Amino acid sequence: MNINKKILSILMALPFLFVIGSCSQGGNGGALGSSVADRVYVPPGEHDEFYAFISGGFSGQLAIHGLPSGRLFKVIPVFSVDAEKAYGFNEETKPLLNTSFGQIPWDDSHHPDLSQTNGEIDGRWCFINANNTPRIARISLSSFETEEIIELPNSAGNHSSSFVTENTEYVVAGTRFSVPIPQRDMPIDEYKGNFKGAISFISVDQETGRFDLSFQVIMPGFDYDLAHPGRGASHGWMFFSTYNSEEASTLMEVNASQNDKDFIAAINWKKAEELIASGDFETMPTEYAHNVYDESTHMATSTMKKEVRVLDASKYPGLVYLLPTPKSPHGCDVDPTGEYIIGSGKLSATLTAHSFTKMLDAIENEKFDGDAYGIPILNYDDIVGGVVQSGGLGPLHTEFDEKGNGYTTFFISSEVVKWKVGTWEVIDRQPTYYSVGHLMIPGGNSRKPFGKYVLAMNKITKDRYLPTGPELCQSAQLYDISGEKMELLIDFPTIGEPHYAAGAPADLIKPNQTKIYKLEENNHPYAAKSESETRVERDGKEVHIYMTTIRSHFAPDNIEGIKVGDKVYFHVTNLEQDYDVPHGVSIIGANTSELLIMPGQTETFVWEPKKEGVWPFYCTDFCSALHQEMQGYVRVSARNSNVPLKWTLDGE
Amino acid sequence: MKKIVIKIPIIALVLMILCACGSSPQASGGESAEGAKTHPLGQASVSDDVSDKNILQVAIGSEAHSTLVAAVQAAQIEHVLVNAGPLTVFAPVNDAFAALPEGTVENLLLPENKETLSTILKGHAAPGSFNLEGLKKEARKGRKIFMANETYLEVVVDGDDVTVGGAKVIGTVQTSNGIINVVDKVILPN
Repeated sequence: MNINKKILSILMALPFLFVIGSCSQGGNGGALGSSVADRVYVPPGEHDEFYAFISGGFSGQLAIHGLPSGRLFKVIPVFSVDAEKAYGFNEETKPLLNTSFGQIPWDDSHHPDLSQTNGEIDGRWCFINANNTPRIARISLSSFETEEIIELPNSAGNHSSSFVTENTEYVVAGTRFSVPIPQRDMPIDEYKGNFKGAISFISVDQETGRFDLSFQVIMPGFDYDLAHPGRGASHGWMFFSTYNSEEASTLMEVNASQNDKDFIAAINWKKAEELIASGDFETMPTEYAHNVYDESTHMATSTMKKEVRVLDASKYPGLVYLLPTPKSPHGCDVDPTGEYIIGSGKLSATLTAHSFTKMLDAIENEKFDGDAYGIPILNYDDIVGGVVQSGGLGPLHTEFDEKGNGYTTFFISSEVVKWKVGTWEVIDRQPTYYSVGHLMIPGGNSRKPFGKYVLAMNKITKDRYLPTGPELCQSAQLYDISGEKMELLIDFPTIGEPHYAAGAPADLIKPNQTKIYKLEENNHPYAAKSESETRVERDGKEVHIYMTTIRSHFAPDNIEGIKVGDKVYFHVTNLEQDYDVPHGVSIIGANTSELLIMPGQTETFVWEPKKEGVWPFYCTDFCSALHQEMQGYVRVSARNSNVPLKWTLDGE
Repeated sequence: MKKIVIKIPIIALVLMILCACGSSPQASGGESAEGAKTHPLGQASVSDDVSDKNILQVAIGSEAHSTLVAAVQAAQIEHVLVNAGPLTVFAPVNDAFAALPEGTVENLLLPENKETLSTILKGHAAPGSFNLEGLKKEARKGRKIFMANETYLEVVVDGDDVTVGGAKVIGTVQTSNGIINVVDKVILPN
């Protein structure tokens, strides 16, 4: 009887165990879990509410995700070659990766930022920096292609970049590492006083987006870490966090952490503009590449520039002031009103909010606490607007919503902390998984944030996903910040290192999409705009094939008279005028990538046949019902052969 | 006897669990079905303002092809005409349908004849791109055109006239996903 009772009670309990077990598999806890799922679920065929432009970090690229779903739509190649898209492999895009050091196939991209008008993001361009070989790129938000890359002379470890002023007057880029300016052979231990930091102001043509390196401000030999522009009342100023005010050059983790305070440097760029306009500057010989992609010719060109205008900060009173900020500040963030400049001392537990109003007052009344190389240091107590006693460890970056809240990441304590601007009280804190770096609220670097979500980008992944050997992807985590408390919604993998991101409402960008390139506007010098223009021309050992693609054939598709040792240029024009019908092409043994040619576009790859034979080429993008039939042959003969040059389609 | 008493509540509970847990996916499934309703034609409902028009869009815009368009819609084969192709469509004008024995078109448009209608219409569509020059080349090389209803049509060139399956080509339109050859007759299976 006792045994029977036991069995009975076990059997009765089983279903409840099933309930708990089966329902909790779907999410983080039954009913609550499914409501979170609903908030990130974008039904098939529907669109996300926001674009997220997430830097690829050490991949050198820019990833386009949707929020709230986290889905990845495209990886735009920027500073690294991309064989899939022929970026850096075809003849048209190779010049984009040219530098004063020659062709460079890789870089490390960190901080995307979006163009603005009147302090609000406007959906025209995205900018991003290359750290290693200092450059800034401009990406069209119509074509989602890299259109321009400018190299920055006198710069090294281009980290406090690329940040956009309120009307996209400038994209600003600061050096992380100070270096000899101009570069020269000198002992490293003579760093102090001799190495300098260059801050670059790149002007942006408001019609075309084209860059011009307008001027550089030459600063003391600190490390310049991050930056943000003033806005509203502080428009016209740019703020940079610095560390290594010790000017050390070795064992930096110790030697650059000696001073109790480093600085936020405030640069009055309106004043710099006046100096430039009045001719009060030096012109310095240098060398840097300026690379521009022309959508009309579908080609990039690279130009070497030979000089740069510089302003030595020590020599121009009123151009730069230094704001003491505790413990090697990393993030340097400006609130939407432009009043507060937040410095996050990465070795500190607190955030320092400098007041712009107080800063101006301190400048006017010369409340100085000495100088660094002639640059006034403002008195700390006279400029601080508030301090956030966060309770966290290792504050890095802050973004803001439109309701007067700041959100700060803490690397060491792995959390996001929400606090109130003005009262400096902590409102909420949520863990991240793990060791968060930057965070992003769409419109975050502007007067008008869209504070529905914050995206935290993490450095450490560990056990968060299915394991993939020693190398793991890095993660981003999306929190709903529409309420008083933050709520973790979704966790998704990213490419490279998701260092920083920018975000924008989808409706700002969707209407301006390029869908096809008009054939009649194609000015590529080797374009064949119809099958009747296709041909093959020989010029010594160089052979130029003017080829076209249309569903589902190449014209021509049989080519003879090519010889071993020729340099064969395939100039392929995609005749399609229909959205989302690219064609691809490659040939056996080509020592380069495929081409992936958008409708109306012309691209070129080079093939140097090494062996006699008949070699097939084919369409690499599944284009149509007869895609598998989209193929052709090139006959390669011996160098001394007399096979005449001949090209046909269907024998004609 | 005891055993039976015990089993019933367990089964009932298990069923309840299944229902309770299943309800959430069903609900979201309902949502996506609703989403699908807004795109009932799949690719045929996608339009943009810069691409060239596709075969279906050109046909819809042609007054002389209203009967053909009505037939395509009745047969529900719109996506065939917007897909990546490449496709060549021999598009009979309204007069060609009007020339059929009285009642034929009306009869074909009846729901129960959807399959027959679809087969006839597919007999006007060929994979591949054949403009007028292309058709002449087919005739010159003695090649027949394989149609989407798995029949072969012969191309005959007589002076300036080109006929396909007995229907004369009276115009050619290049579209984004293939070619429309306007014809003066409905091509009926043998």
